[in-house]
Amino acid sequence: MSTETLEKDQAVVAVKEPSEALLSKRRKKVVSDPLVDDNPITIQVLGICSALAVTIKMEPTLTMAIAVVFVIVFSNVIVSLIRNFIPNRIRIIVQLAIIAFLVTFVSEVLKAYYYDMFKVLGAYVGLIITNCIVMGRLEAYAMANKPYDSILDGLGSGFGYAWIILVVAFFRELLGSGSLFDFKIFEAIGWSSFPTNGLMVDSIGAFMILGILIWIQRHKTGYVESH
Amino acid sequence: MQQSNTYIILFSIGLTIVIGGLLSVTSVVLKPLQDRQVELDTKRSILGAVMDVSSIKDPDQVLKVYSERINSYVVDYEGNRLITNAKGDSIVAEKVNVSKNSKLPAEERQYPVFQAMDNGNVDAYIFPMYGQGLWDWIAGFIALDGDLNTIKGVSFSHKTETPGLGARITDAEVQNRYIGKKIYSSSGNLESVEMIKGEKGLPLDDHHIDGLSGATMTGNGVNAMLLKYLRSYENFMSKVKSESGSGVAAI
Repeated sequence: MSTETLEKDQAVVAVKEPSEALLSKRRKKVVSDPLVDDNPITIQVLGICSALAVTIKMEPTLTMAIAVVFVIVFSNVIVSLIRNFIPNRIRIIVQLAIIAFLVTFVSEVLKAYYYDMFKVLGAYVGLIITNCIVMGRLEAYAMANKPYDSILDGLGSGFGYAWIILVVAFFRELLGSGSLFDFKIFEAIGWSSFPTNGLMVDSIGAFMILGILIWIQRHKTGYVESH
Repeated sequence: MQQSNTYIILFSIGLTIVIGGLLSVTSVVLKPLQDRQVELDTKRSILGAVMDVSSIKDPDQVLKVYSERINSYVVDYEGNRLITNAKGDSIVAEKVNVSKNSKLPAEERQYPVFQAMDNGNVDAYIFPMYGQGLWDWIAGFIALDGDLNTIKGVSFSHKTETPGLGARITDAEVQNRYIGKKIYSSSGNLESVEMIKGEKGLPLDDHHIDGLSGATMTGNGVNAMLLKYLRSYENFMSKVKSESGSGVAAI
């Protein structure tokens, strides 16, 4: 909750200085914070479900990452645009309806243009609705900030999510299937007997890589969860 | 004012209309493209049972090869050709919903048959199948040689079998194990082909293939599906055999 009030204060400041640069220091921070210091997955530990489910291979992971960035950015900007009209008592339902609309849209487009990807991702595209990152940003940021700032915030959180799942998928596909984007990397370098690790194909592999990522990051930033 | 019930109700109605309208438009606009993708996917799977389609990337090329190679029709449980349904509409083999049909009693189902043609001769008969894996549905196609006994190829798909275990039924390496196996015993009984428990890599007879280590339940699902559908097509197969045996062309 403290971050929410802080962000509201920042918004007030922004209103007082209408000539703020398009990419001022504060705005850069809005984008860069969720990439590392306040990463939705490794620090806030949100969106773990999909981070485990779709990261077996790089290609579906990339599709998922693009879909999530799209949904976060657009739901952020839509909610921010109508934030002064949304009745407070039903704001969660309104946010949910907007997210659900965007997710259904993404799912329909995938089905029409990338049917193979649609089959692989299946239910997980629909489950973006339940990805806590999206709703978390709407409630904590877009409801209280102007559209342009909300776009930046959405980009930051979206890419913060995207790069983590791409890193997880990189190791899972490399070690679990011996390939990257379905290109058999070990056969290409002449090591065709590379022992693939079945654990990496399982969700357990994702947990392990995610755990190691969180460990490395917290070791670097010195972040400790307060109780 | 913004907190009044009237405002909330009006806002909700407005939001519903806008979002519902946008989604309807999306759905209508994308429907033809989606139908084409589904059609392409089905035809790819059918062709996949008799040839390697992964090398054909161009969708139009897939459709062209399909129309050249595949002759399709629908038969009933007795093996008779079905031209129209109860309402008088013509039945298209590619449009038959195999999963819905699998829930009907065997006698009432529609059975699509896809004939792969080669210079006017029947190269292969392809039958669709549908069954239960460990977690959810599995489906597939089995292609039989013109003798309706030797398996020419299979292609399986699944919804949520475990990657690395049950999901291996989609691997070419596993599907290739079926090639050359026989569905009839030498005495003419329908035996089907069974995936054994365990993965030993030992040579097996004509009616068994090596199993999937750690995925016996999925293997059982595949076995049950194969047996069920081969039995369902048995009447059709004996009919074709007797007709060709008596010198009358199968078609």
